[in-house]
Amino acid sequence: MEHKTSLKRTGLYVSGTNPVNMIQASFYNEDCMIFDMEDSVPLAEKDAARLLIYRMLRDHRPVGKYIIIRVNGIYSEYIDEDLEAAVRAKPDAIRIPKVEYENEVKMIDEKITRIEKEAGIEEGSIELWCNIESYLGVLNAYEIASASPRVVALALGAEDFTASMKAQRTKSGQEIFYARNAVLMACRKAGVEAIDAVFSDINDVEGLKADTALTKNLGFDGKTIVHPRQIDVVNSFFTPSVKEIKYAQRVLEAVEEGKRLKKGAVTLDGGMIDKPMELRALTTLAQARAAGIKV
Amino acid sequence: MVNAVGREMPEKIGSYTVRPFAGTGKAAKILPPVVSKRCPKLGPEDHNKLCKDLKEAIVKTGLKDGMTISFHHCFREGDMVIGQVLTAIRELGIKHLRFAPSAVVNIKNPSIVSFVKDGTIDRIEASGIRGELGDAVIDGLMDEPVILRPHGARPRAIETGDLQIDVAFIGASSSDEYGNCTGQIGPNACGSLGYAFVDASCAAQVVIVTDNLVEYPCCPTSISQQFVDYVVAVEQIGDPVKIGAGAARMTKNPRDLMIASKAADAIAASRLFKEGFSFQTGAGAISIACTNYLAERMEERGIHASFALGGMTANIIEMFKKGLVRVLECSQSFDAVAARAIAEYPNILEIDNSVYSNPYTKGSMLDKLNFGVLGALEVDTDFNINILTGMSGEMMGGLGGGPDVADGADISIVTIPVIRGRTPSIVPKVFTCCTPGESVAMVVTEAGIALNPKHKYYEMLREDFEAAGIATVTIQYLCDLALSYTGVPKPIETTDKVVAVVEYRDGTVIDVIRQIKR
Repeated sequence: MEHKTSLKRTGLYVSGTNPVNMIQASFYNEDCMIFDMEDSVPLAEKDAARLLIYRMLRDHRPVGKYIIIRVNGIYSEYIDEDLEAAVRAKPDAIRIPKVEYENEVKMIDEKITRIEKEAGIEEGSIELWCNIESYLGVLNAYEIASASPRVVALALGAEDFTASMKAQRTKSGQEIFYARNAVLMACRKAGVEAIDAVFSDINDVEGLKADTALTKNLGFDGKTIVHPRQIDVVNSFFTPSVKEIKYAQRVLEAVEEGKRLKKGAVTLDGGMIDKPMELRALTTLAQARAAGIKV
Repeated sequence: MVNAVGREMPEKIGSYTVRPFAGTGKAAKILPPVVSKRCPKLGPEDHNKLCKDLKEAIVKTGLKDGMTISFHHCFREGDMVIGQVLTAIRELGIKHLRFAPSAVVNIKNPSIVSFVKDGTIDRIEASGIRGELGDAVIDGLMDEPVILRPHGARPRAIETGDLQIDVAFIGASSSDEYGNCTGQIGPNACGSLGYAFVDASCAAQVVIVTDNLVEYPCCPTSISQQFVDYVVAVEQIGDPVKIGAGAARMTKNPRDLMIASKAADAIAASRLFKEGFSFQTGAGAISIACTNYLAERMEERGIHASFALGGMTANIIEMFKKGLVRVLECSQSFDAVAARAIAEYPNILEIDNSVYSNPYTKGSMLDKLNFGVLGALEVDTDFNINILTGMSGEMMGGLGGGPDVADGADISIVTIPVIRGRTPSIVPKVFTCCTPGESVAMVVTEAGIALNPKHKYYEMLREDFEAAGIATVTIQYLCDLALSYTGVPKPIETTDKVVAVVEYRDGTVIDVIRQIKR
């Protein structure tokens, strides 16, 4: 699909209750827009939000963004109507809150498949992002990530996770350090993307920088954000340096050279280049291009 | 008849004779006759200028029915001079005055409308009207049209005799009893009195109104005793909070920050952004943010500005202190930090509005300006700007110096969101044309930058943007985008009655505003 971007550095939540913010958010630099039907929408406005998000995506789908709709909880009274509207709005992905078991993913998958069929949408075209927001979700992360080919990403939700752990949420994030790593490892094993939790103090830029540095260094592919002011800070951490870009280019050149010469194993600076190195190089260049760097 | 921006207007509106706008720089070539010079006049024989109250001063000036009175707007929404003077005039039974403040006034207590309704005022000439007065005027309150002039046009009108002032009432935060006065010190300091200089030098009578009488001679002095006839001390001339307490603050609105950042990038991409360049950014939310981003770009590139012009804010004072700008030419001070700074630093200069923006001088500061950043309510696909009327036709703002800056600066940049709430800001045709599109170099929005192909520096900007990798869109794209979200608004229905005349900086009429049909 032409409107997709390959990057997931920033995923901005946009409440389905606010049409002006929904329009404005499409002009910012975030990679992913997450139209929200869940927490940001008061109970009395669930139906209005559902309709607004549907019409927004059908009539004014933002260009150049990866579009996600976060529906209400799997066991909530809203989930079926949310999925009916969300699938028909044809986002790139649907984000499911608080996934804890593999069979929950399968259940949602079946519902989406049925709606896709009814609506004449290509089956399997809508991807799934699963929010991991409890210790059960963390413990079952790999099973969740590999429960359906639709699942392309797991996103850690720190607030609910710490509540489930009876832990205190802190800015330094030590209480979610294990969960971050566990989710990351599950994602890497399942071959899906790993999205880190929000940093919720929108006025603390230095705190956001420190938190995002950890996000990046641990290996996450991106971060969920709650305010447009956080976009450029988070994106900047996922923007590669000149040194990284040059190295990535050399890796890919070596791979190309190997292919041309029909070599089985390709080396660079005396070390062997394996598939993950090639993938990392491709990601680095994609990140550079998304940041406006000519590569 | 139809003027050069395609606006239809009558040849005569009440007693006002229309000279249609002919294009930027076209009318300015005709030098107007000199009809107004301050005549030699002696002060009071006993050298006592101090009056016991406003009424005594008004009586001494000889103010009579039908005359013209003026005020400056340097106290902004905190002004308490206009209300007190008009009340005193009303109590003296003087009627049918022409009210000619230097800019928009929106005083609520007492309301200007009440002075119109009781006949104290029957003509208004300003840079804009809004609020209760604006609503009343657009509904046809007055028989004569309100004449709206941008900052540069007012001194021109005064000096050419279009606007002859009989009595200028000048609020000053400090004055001595002989009329040396300033806005820089005192409990209600407003900073620069730049807009009052022309009134002081051209009005037949000048009354200083202060709430801080200081020992003779007042120092610093902005307006000299040689121009002043009378001095009145009143209890209070302004509300310091509404005058602009503290420093104007940086917006946190992400959309405005994004527009501001793009505008700063546009400036930084231009070849005119080099050592010794000059700029005017203004005081709106986007403008203040743009100033901050510009400062960052200047520090990154090691570039210093020769001067910044116009209304000053705390963040420009900060740039000055860092050595990023050599001289601040200050026609107005938008916050308390900027107000104090003139007295503190010799390179922060209080300048006469005429020097700042009048196209009919031997040289205005705008002639030397590289970049001007402007706000707008609407921009149309011909790049014409509306800064006066809202989407329902209501009076929302003032012309300010926008038309002057657009024309004077090499590169004029309009910063504007594509839509505001449910209202499109980029439209096929502005409801009121205030600034001709030919003087606008580019429009910067959150959805992209549109360069004006008809602007004198279009080719240069196009090359510079290409070199810097800045993508552009067309103004039509922005208009289509705005309307795709909002739909096409229903046209505003008007009667044939012209309620306001919009003068361009050269005194020609660029547009008229008609009464809204209710």
